[in-house]
Amino acid sequence: MFSDLFYQLLEENMFLTAAWETIYLTVISTVISYGFGVPLGLILCVTDRDGIYPIPWLNKILSVLVNIFRSIPFIILMVAMFPVARLVVGTSVGNKALIFSLVVGAAPYVARMVESSIKEVDRGIIEASQAMGTSNMGIILKVLIPEAKPSLIVGAVISTVTILSYTAMAGTVGAGGLGRIAIAYGHQRFSPDITWVCMILTVIIVQVIQELGMFIAHKTDKRIRNK
Amino acid sequence: MIELKNLGKTFHTKEQEIVALRNIDLTINDGEIFGIIGLSGAGKSTLVRCINLLEKPTSGDVLIDGQSLTQMPRRELLKTRRNIGMIFQGFNLLEQRSVLKNVCYPLEIAKVPKAQAEARARELLQVVGLADRESAYPAQLSGGQKQRVAIARALATNPKYLLCDEATSALDPNTTRSILELLREINRTMGVTIVVITHEMKVIDTICDRVAIIDHSQIAEVGRVSDVFSSPGSDIAKELIMPMAASAPGVSGDRIRIVFDGTSSKKPLIANMIMTCQVAVNILFADLKDVNGACYGHMIIQLPEDERAEQKVLSWLSANGLKYTKEA
Ligand SMILES: Nc1ncnc2c1ncn2[C@@H]1O[C@H](COP(=O)(O)OP(=O)(O)OP(=O)(O)O)[C@@H](O)[C@H]1O
Ligand SMILES: [Mg+2]
Repeated sequence: MFSDLFYQLLEENMFLTAAWETIYLTVISTVISYGFGVPLGLILCVTDRDGIYPIPWLNKILSVLVNIFRSIPFIILMVAMFPVARLVVGTSVGNKALIFSLVVGAAPYVARMVESSIKEVDRGIIEASQAMGTSNMGIILKVLIPEAKPSLIVGAVISTVTILSYTAMAGTVGAGGLGRIAIAYGHQRFSPDITWVCMILTVIIVQVIQELGMFIAHKTDKRIRNK
Repeated sequence: MIELKNLGKTFHTKEQEIVALRNIDLTINDGEIFGIIGLSGAGKSTLVRCINLLEKPTSGDVLIDGQSLTQMPRRELLKTRRNIGMIFQGFNLLEQRSVLKNVCYPLEIAKVPKAQAEARARELLQVVGLADRESAYPAQLSGGQKQRVAIARALATNPKYLLCDEATSALDPNTTRSILELLREINRTMGVTIVVITHEMKVIDTICDRVAIIDHSQIAEVGRVSDVFSSPGSDIAKELIMPMAASAPGVSGDRIRIVFDGTSSKKPLIANMIMTCQVAVNILFADLKDVNGACYGHMIIQLPEDERAEQKVLSWLSANGLKYTKEA
């Protein structure tokens, strides 16, 4: 029922290698995206008009920038970023360039996720900690982040899944992983069975990330009475 | 001592300017429980938030032990706030921290070593009666218990002052009473000066030494609770003390207000009056309380329509040393 090409790929262990490559690209890109996205999200929160340290002009500029990046379809942003990647990471091909482009696309998304999680923290709690003489840095580190933790974890799960789909799309423009197998063999060499297998593997990976992440989020949330 | 000097606060919103506080002059002495009462929107929360500069006054000054908060560098201000605890209507506990860790929070901020902080926190949990719940999380506590944790937290850094913004407004009457008792105990045993914001006369009545009545962004009246109770000068004070008196429905005949200022004892005065004068009077409103055998409060009675009977009652009251005023 499977095509010869399928058996050939199976023989060469291509599916597993590609799955690992997808996971690897996703994890690296997510981690780096969070490296930029968390501070950016925090700045967006803190400098907001009713944040703990309002700087309206900075907030406006960052907000507009984030919106611009968020409104460009990812695949187009990615291609546009290749020349920039050459300047920043020294190459416009291969995984390094791809990770760079992925991060440019994902960091603004992560920033918004972080911002919305942090904004859920009750104003009264922030006020109480101010009344106890907490500095703004103290509020960020001891109140905003810990109090938003469960929501931040849920956000991270959603972001990771989004970045995974970005990686798969990146397969069309040279990234490795399941996306590339699906395009290069499944689509271009007319073996839909290969595309299907790639799809199923992707679904499995997403499910695992989702379940694990939600489990951790639930586990850490002290607002839930019965566990 | 907390001194508010000609304090003013104006909020600028897109549509309008809102004057929340105007020319507030108040002195709160060390060791007292000071109440601030007013109707909703009068400016109570804004006032209490100005005391620790959570709200920056637009004019005037706040002096804590003679030091001006508005002139203070920020770092200094943060330190001073550790000397002013605060509790809220909504408790505002850190939801992701256990009870013990909540009480430790202000000590962490003050860089107290962990072991020492936990020892102090346990001590305070003992005081508020929650020693056995230290590892619980706020979501597992009742409102009254949450407020106790908040009180322990506010006291962790050994503050000289404690601000309470509607601290009992979300609690039922029994829990309110127990929290008020706790506050009074803290005032007595630790010598903490307490500022209580409330819209309930009952709260002022139960624990405050002095009271300020705030109305439309201004102080209408300040004084000892017993004085304000026995002879309210402002309309707003009368309204707060005797909510129903102003609108007693469908009564004819003169009404008078009898004031009990503590000089009359527990004698059954009204019963005596009715028997001596042989008249029927209608009690429209009464709010009396017994403080160490002396009677404080007000009563509004409707006099008999007959002129002579009325005169009899009034002279009896004067003869027995009771003050009264005619109601409009
Ligand atoms: N941040 C703000 N921006 C604009 N207006 C405000 C702000 N905070 C308070 N006000 C206004 O100031 C006035 C006083 O408010 P405040 O919260 O001090 O009243 P309150 O006496 O505490 O009332 P309540 O009993 O309902 O809590 C109100 O008219 C309110 O709308
Ligand atoms: Mg209020």
